[in-house]
Amino acid sequence: MNKMLLIFRHEFRHTIRRKAFIILTLIVPALALIGIGIFQLVSPGEPPLVETVTIGYVDEVGGFDQSTTQGYIELVRFDTSGDATAALINGDVSEYFVIPSDYLSTGVINRYTLKRQLETPPAISTAIKNFLTSNMLADKVPPETVYRIEAPLSLVTTRLTETGEVATEQGGYGNVIIPAIFGLLLALSLQASSMYLIEGLGDEKESRLIEVLLSSVSPRQLLTGKVLGLGAAGLVQVVVWLASLPLLLNLASSTIGGFFGTIQLPANFLVLGIVYFILGYLLFAALSAGVGAISPSAREGQPLAMIYAMLVFVPLWFASLLFIFPDSPIWVVLTIFPLTAPVAVMLRLGVTGIAAWELATSLAVMVLSIVGALLLSVKAFRIYLLMYGKRPSWGEIIRSLRTG
Amino acid sequence: MLAAEVSHIVKSFADKVAVDNLSFSVAQGEMFGLIGPNGAGKTTTIRMMMDILKPDSGDVTILGEKLNEATKNRLGYLPEERGLYKKLKVLDSIVYLASLKGMDRRSATDKANELLNQTGMSASNNKKIEELSRGMGQIIQFIVTIIHDPQLLVLDEPFAGLDPVNTELLKGMLAELRNQGKAVILSTHQMNQVEELCDRILMINNGQDVLYGDLNEIKARYRGNSVLLDFVGELGEVPGVTGKRTHKGYTELILDGKTTPQQVLAHLMGRGIVINRFEVATPSLNEIFLKEVGKKS
Repeated sequence: MNKMLLIFRHEFRHTIRRKAFIILTLIVPALALIGIGIFQLVSPGEPPLVETVTIGYVDEVGGFDQSTTQGYIELVRFDTSGDATAALINGDVSEYFVIPSDYLSTGVINRYTLKRQLETPPAISTAIKNFLTSNMLADKVPPETVYRIEAPLSLVTTRLTETGEVATEQGGYGNVIIPAIFGLLLALSLQASSMYLIEGLGDEKESRLIEVLLSSVSPRQLLTGKVLGLGAAGLVQVVVWLASLPLLLNLASSTIGGFFGTIQLPANFLVLGIVYFILGYLLFAALSAGVGAISPSAREGQPLAMIYAMLVFVPLWFASLLFIFPDSPIWVVLTIFPLTAPVAVMLRLGVTGIAAWELATSLAVMVLSIVGALLLSVKAFRIYLLMYGKRPSWGEIIRSLRTG
Repeated sequence: MLAAEVSHIVKSFADKVAVDNLSFSVAQGEMFGLIGPNGAGKTTTIRMMMDILKPDSGDVTILGEKLNEATKNRLGYLPEERGLYKKLKVLDSIVYLASLKGMDRRSATDKANELLNQTGMSASNNKKIEELSRGMGQIIQFIVTIIHDPQLLVLDEPFAGLDPVNTELLKGMLAELRNQGKAVILSTHQMNQVEELCDRILMINNGQDVLYGDLNEIKARYRGNSVLLDFVGELGEVPGVTGKRTHKGYTELILDGKTTPQQVLAHLMGRGIVINRFEVATPSLNEIFLKEVGKKS
């Protein structure tokens, strides 16, 4: 078998057997399954019965005697505040309110309760508001109008395509959630793959095994086999996540429903997810090979790699700003800058979509960066591969890369 | 066809010349010693032979050709500082590294088991490398070096850190390989091992050739004008002997420039002196090494 393939197979097998790799790969579907399972365990089969709450009121204006049932809240009239207070103390009502005689001119309603609260619970204030509205409008407008005044707006937005047809992707938070989670996982996977590469090279340098390997294979075969082997393992991880997403989504929307029913995978998400993983991985691998080459051990290489490995997370730090300022030019910059592109593209796919020219530029810049990083790293790899002990200074590295 | 031929190689790092115009050759079936003090350029020379480093100038030919993938498969290299994949099992490590030398999995496994058996390590084949002692790890690495039946073996300090039992085991295996016609290059500081095992040597210092050739010829060149004698009786005056030095268990007789050891021996025998030992004094390789390295530095 070709020696590069032997190294590829060795690195791939070695990586997919790592505990950290297995945990990171399986934790995503496992956590989602556990979440769905817990939801099913704790959620009852039928909607819960809500206990009726009785609250009292004193009508000093007169005429507030209709619509005394507001959902699960029952309103009971008392003649005086004294009667209502006695009922509150006896526990006959959970609270009461007084409609003062000057209510129509002031709008003030006095509420009395035994509980200490930060503010009036929304359900109570809505019930009181609807009770007052219904009574004031009774006999003046039809009941349907009363309902409409109480709930005047149920906004349904439909996104159209440029040809005027209803778009398949309707946007909203349901469209964002999966790309955002996948963006985070992609960043973790890219970071982990880079660290594995640096660790592997560092260990081989530290144990001097690299000399035995280089007496059997060329530096090019060694580097290519390693990069592809680790990349294939990373790809397996990403494919497991991507493949499990639609399945988990179906399971979640059929068992939990609600918000999960609205979750959609943006168009091209799966394809772009894989493309950006592969390109992102190649870029990080090329950089990591360079770092691995100039570092005497994995311990010294990893802090150096953290500098660029952290950049992959930058779009996630600013993700909340994407919802507020989706058209800010900073997002175009993050989409085109090769180290932030993989995660930025995933996030933007779910929120606003990405213009074709931006995607094309982003992909082109990534490919060029990979080629550039690879050329420099292979050079550094050849020069510093057998360097043990102290890491060379940046000045020395730049000088030796220039002179070759 | 020579096992290795190195001609006029030069290698510099920054402002230091590590190897300076070095040439030597190693024949098939020969045990060749590469010796020199620390920093002499031995490891750099070996790395250039292994194609790990490229020489600035000069040529290296291994088994009649420039080193390529096919010749790499006929080469066994044991670096000075050794290491293997710590988390990998012994057998898996050997089989993987053997496969990089072109062996198929099945024959690598069979041969690994045979060699583990031969070195008394068959009980460890399922252990992880990190569970082994340093000496055991070295034996495994030696197995990795020879498993693919290489025509040329390059061993950098192969006996360092080994106990006497394992040292003897390794020496026996090396002798066997030489008898099979393999060429062995031994880079070491242990002069006694070189004297015991090597046919020819190259001594380098500051990257340059100091001594090169047949070990016996080199030693003869450094032979002093004296004989070592262990005898019973009264020695008295011996013609041609200008001085005597008494050592523990023997006496060293310093000869004048005209008298040969044979003449001295004939004289002593003629006088009926009982001789237990008569030896032409030859300096050890260690003495030659110290003398040459001291002279150059």
